[in-house]
Amino acid sequence: MTLDSNSDSNSNSKPNKNYRHILQETVNKKYRRRLLVNRLVTIFTIVCVIAAIVPLVSILLEVVKNGASAISFEFLTQPQGSMGSGTGGIAPAIQGTIIVVGLASLIAAPIGVLAGIYLSEFAKKGIFVDLVRFFNDVLTGLPSIVIGIVGYTAIVLTTGSFSVIAGALSLSIIMIPIVVRVTEETLKVVPYSLREAGYSLGISKAIITLFIVLPSAKNGILTGIVIAISRIAGETAPLIMTILGTSLFFTGITGPVDALPLRIWRLSSQPYESAHAFGWGSALILILMILALSVGLRLWAQKRSLKAVI
Amino acid sequence: MAIEEPIEEKEEAVQQTAERYKVRIENVNGWYGSKRAIKDVNLNVKEKTVTAFIGPSGCGKTTLLRCLNRMHEMTPGAHADGRVIVDGVDIYDKSIDPVIIKRRIGMVFQKPNPFPTMSIFDNVSAGLRLNGMNNKTIIREIVEESLRNAALWDEVKNQLDEPGMSLSGGQQQRLCIARALAMQPEVLLMDEPTSSLDPFGSSKIEELVRILKDNVTIIIVTHNMQQAARVSDFTAFMYLGDLIEYGSTNQIFMNPEKELTERYISGKFG
Repeated sequence: MTLDSNSDSNSNSKPNKNYRHILQETVNKKYRRRLLVNRLVTIFTIVCVIAAIVPLVSILLEVVKNGASAISFEFLTQPQGSMGSGTGGIAPAIQGTIIVVGLASLIAAPIGVLAGIYLSEFAKKGIFVDLVRFFNDVLTGLPSIVIGIVGYTAIVLTTGSFSVIAGALSLSIIMIPIVVRVTEETLKVVPYSLREAGYSLGISKAIITLFIVLPSAKNGILTGIVIAISRIAGETAPLIMTILGTSLFFTGITGPVDALPLRIWRLSSQPYESAHAFGWGSALILILMILALSVGLRLWAQKRSLKAVI
Repeated sequence: MAIEEPIEEKEEAVQQTAERYKVRIENVNGWYGSKRAIKDVNLNVKEKTVTAFIGPSGCGKTTLLRCLNRMHEMTPGAHADGRVIVDGVDIYDKSIDPVIIKRRIGMVFQKPNPFPTMSIFDNVSAGLRLNGMNNKTIIREIVEESLRNAALWDEVKNQLDEPGMSLSGGQQQRLCIARALAMQPEVLLMDEPTSSLDPFGSSKIEELVRILKDNVTIIIVTHNMQQAARVSDFTAFMYLGDLIEYGSTNQIFMNPEKELTERYISGKFG
């Protein structure tokens, strides 16, 4: 701006020098302002980081403070004692969460990854693929209680009982679209030159995808799967509609089972002090399980790809 | 264009002296959508020689190279027509599988592109393994031979399990050459293989090209005219999608027939 408005009057004699002068002046004038803005923006971003971290840390502290005292060997290994007695533990809920979430992951991870591979590597541009992507995104945003109702009407009502299968299928419906999206996005980042190198060796597309492209994207996809597992491990609403919750251990995949989020929800609605302490303890266990899973998988992935990274 | 007529005379002259052509390019057009990037190119390549494609950026030399192993058509929206006859077989014939053809015609790319998740050994053996060969003894023999032929063996023989990405840029490019050689190609296409390398890495590759031509027919695209002069036996000069002039490298550089070629060779444009 400044350059344009002044250039006419100054351009007759030594234009270069005058431009330089004007530019210098402008830069000097704006310099203090820029320093100030720079500092303000830095402060603002730090404030935002704190605003994001404070709730997280305070939740974690609160959970640890209230929950740590409830945890004992008995708490981790026994089913709940009589109501309000404060005896027993949450073992069936831990077991149930592992079984239901594990089964859901076993269903959702392969389907999600393969669908993501299809979208990224094999799908031809067109209305079909656009529709698949659109509905996949819609599915990601669907309230989980709706998926619970679907599980309830489709499986619980038709089979006549609340069951592990109904819960696992509902959770896998939540998980699949996340895995599809992450897989597609991660594969798209793998440089085309790698696929090209594969083609130039006369390797077929399927083999290139499986043995060259997929390994390069492994860490990203694994991270996506872990995020999706963490998400479904904390789901409560669909489980109310599908596995019901029980204070007993696992009896079979066609019977009801307990899960940590369900247990937390039920315990928190009881009037007893001891039940609340159990609830906090269950929350702490759930958080620790998710943490262990994500750290564990990441370490495992790192160890396996360390050679390729260095 | 009036330029096109004398090319045929030139080709006839080449044809008379040649005993056998490894690759015959007949009326090849390369398209990006409706844009014709190379126009009716005719060219014959002699067996076990090095042929260089030169020309300014965007002249179609890389596109032409990529038409020779049907890599061009992998680019979305791109296609090619015409005939490319390798050992008497038209690789554009309907009965030919474009995947299979790439096993016989190797390719080395502008930027070294070793597989990042694989070790040095696995990079070289990738083409063999992923095409179904599982005889470990043969694979090991081929890997060693290919690395020797790519002049990389002595530098990596004690670190075959290290990742391919741990090598320097020049070594990575020789690794990619070894990877291509492992497929025992009869023709090796090189797309500006030294453009991302330092002078030392480049001279290693050039040395390699001169040695490799005893066994393989090499076609190399290069921006660097000195490089074309140093490594090639024949040179094709392209401009705006047309093959302007093709002949022995000596003749093209010492005594070009076309004014355009002369001006490009002498650095007046490009």
